[in-house]
Amino acid sequence: MAEDTPPDTGDVDVVDEPNPEHDETVAVLRDRLGAGAILDHATVFANLVVRVAPTAWRSAAQVARDELACDYLSFISGIDWEPAPREGDDDSGDTSSPVQPTETTYGATGSAGRWQVFAHLQSTSTHRALTLKTDVDDTSPSVESWVPIYPGADWHERECWEMFGIVFDGHPALRHLYLPSDFEGHPLRKDFPLLARVVKPWPGLVDVEPMPDEPAADDGGGEGAAE
Amino acid sequence: MSTTEARPPAFQVDRAALRHLADAQVNVELDTGDMILNLGPQHPATHGTLRLVVRLDGERVVSADPVIGYMHRGYEKLTEFRTYPQITTLINRIDWLSSFANEVPFLNAAEQLMGIEAPPRSQYIRTVLTELSRIATFLLFLGEMGLQVGALTPAFYGFRDREHILNLIEAATGGRFHPNFNRIGGLKDDLPWGWIAECRSAMKIVLDACDDFEDLVLGNEIFEARTRGIGIVPAGVGASYGVSGSNLRASGVDWDLRRDARPYLVYPELDFKVWTHPDGDSYSRYWIRLQETRESARMVLQCLDQIPAGPIMAKVPRIIKVPEGETWVETENPLGQMGYYVISKGATGPFRVKIRSASFSNVSILPWLLRGVYVPDVITILASLYFILGDIDR
Repeated sequence: MAEDTPPDTGDVDVVDEPNPEHDETVAVLRDRLGAGAILDHATVFANLVVRVAPTAWRSAAQVARDELACDYLSFISGIDWEPAPREGDDDSGDTSSPVQPTETTYGATGSAGRWQVFAHLQSTSTHRALTLKTDVDDTSPSVESWVPIYPGADWHERECWEMFGIVFDGHPALRHLYLPSDFEGHPLRKDFPLLARVVKPWPGLVDVEPMPDEPAADDGGGEGAAE
Repeated sequence: MSTTEARPPAFQVDRAALRHLADAQVNVELDTGDMILNLGPQHPATHGTLRLVVRLDGERVVSADPVIGYMHRGYEKLTEFRTYPQITTLINRIDWLSSFANEVPFLNAAEQLMGIEAPPRSQYIRTVLTELSRIATFLLFLGEMGLQVGALTPAFYGFRDREHILNLIEAATGGRFHPNFNRIGGLKDDLPWGWIAECRSAMKIVLDACDDFEDLVLGNEIFEARTRGIGIVPAGVGASYGVSGSNLRASGVDWDLRRDARPYLVYPELDFKVWTHPDGDSYSRYWIRLQETRESARMVLQCLDQIPAGPIMAKVPRIIKVPEGETWVETENPLGQMGYYVISKGATGPFRVKIRSASFSNVSILPWLLRGVYVPDVITILASLYFILGDIDR
């Protein structure tokens, strides 16, 4: 098992086969919402992802519930596609967190900007499932609330609002859900630092000790080994 | 006025009027519309730190507002600072009663993205351990639900019988509650010698325990009086709130992700029945979990009969880098639908993980469900919904 052995892909299908149910779902959505409302769609690992225009966000849920029998709301949440700012270069010896690529990519269905809201809907009767995504404006992030359609959207949208700062228009009471009511900032935004790491450096950096039989190596140890 | 004179009555007492007056007095005294009752965050019925702000009118709940977040640990943020193998340690602690079942969907997501398939033997062992954690979770529920209506005995039976399962999990994984036994591409170890025979006999204990619970709790008149027709969740309302798992099946929805979702583990090869109950009340939620405990024990026995020999780890690179992509993996956990939406950008850790935990949605129905119920029923409804605080707060 060398370090650079490519993963054993075996007989797993990485490329998704066409799925008639997914085509039907997209066709119904396109028919009811208008062709312009479906910005993109993709099937990733047997899961249908449809990206709708922000103006069609609530009506997409309405169509999914009333005409596609998606009566079950699994979750609503947000994505911040911008990579987290990272200080220093990657060779600094800081192994405290995985190094993410610095260029911004937008996943399977793309995005118009930094933020997206996505939700997963399912049908308890026909077992149809679909993930809906929509773009959110960069400067004043807001999107229509789903509470009139799925009452369970209430808590999910409160969570998404406090974690990402995305406002849900028409939500009855956007209050803090997890965090104290005077909390400032939106923790799941990528530019919000993990405060535990800011206060105290990752112990991995200072715990490095030389092996007993070896002389202490000065090269490549970085600042951590010196301490 | 002289003190020797009799004091004239201030007013003539009209007996009939007095009765009305008394009625009015009583009504005034009972007008407690604005009484606020804080249930929790340290109330025993809330299994942790759920706080319910309940507005009462007499004995009836006018509105209930769950206050959550006392145990919020920010797992979605923490996953962005960990590598994939490190994250299993975190997600063990989401639903701490069935930690093993939490690991499975996340590992499945990582394996899907990497194009790795765990060998059949490890899939069987994963299924066995998932079902064992389901049994352990439900045995605790079966005992504790009795406790909430005032029956102390079932709680001891529940804890006693759960110990057999925890011992099995400990023997196989080394940890009673947080096994951290899954690896991307398989398992850490094979089963210890003699474990399968031990597990078979434990399943017999579980099946016997289920019979005991049925006699002891379900047949109990007081239990029925406290739970029948209490806390009814209609199927449509439950689904729109995202209530899942046993709670939704107790409302008559025939939907089990082990059977109906994208196939995972070895469930397609097992013969099992998905139980439903038409009533949707607290009683039916107990009944469903009792049947599912039995069903899980039978599934474990089937797995033990079918378990193949072979390796337990697929070939995986030493440094795990997950290719760019996104995937949604959902599993039927003891508490309901558990799902991970994993977005990877080709690094050693995920870019974003959305953790969909069952209890969060199961509890979000409480403001709707508790409206108009009596205060003692709040406790039985909370107990019958069966949530784990770590699963709400993540």
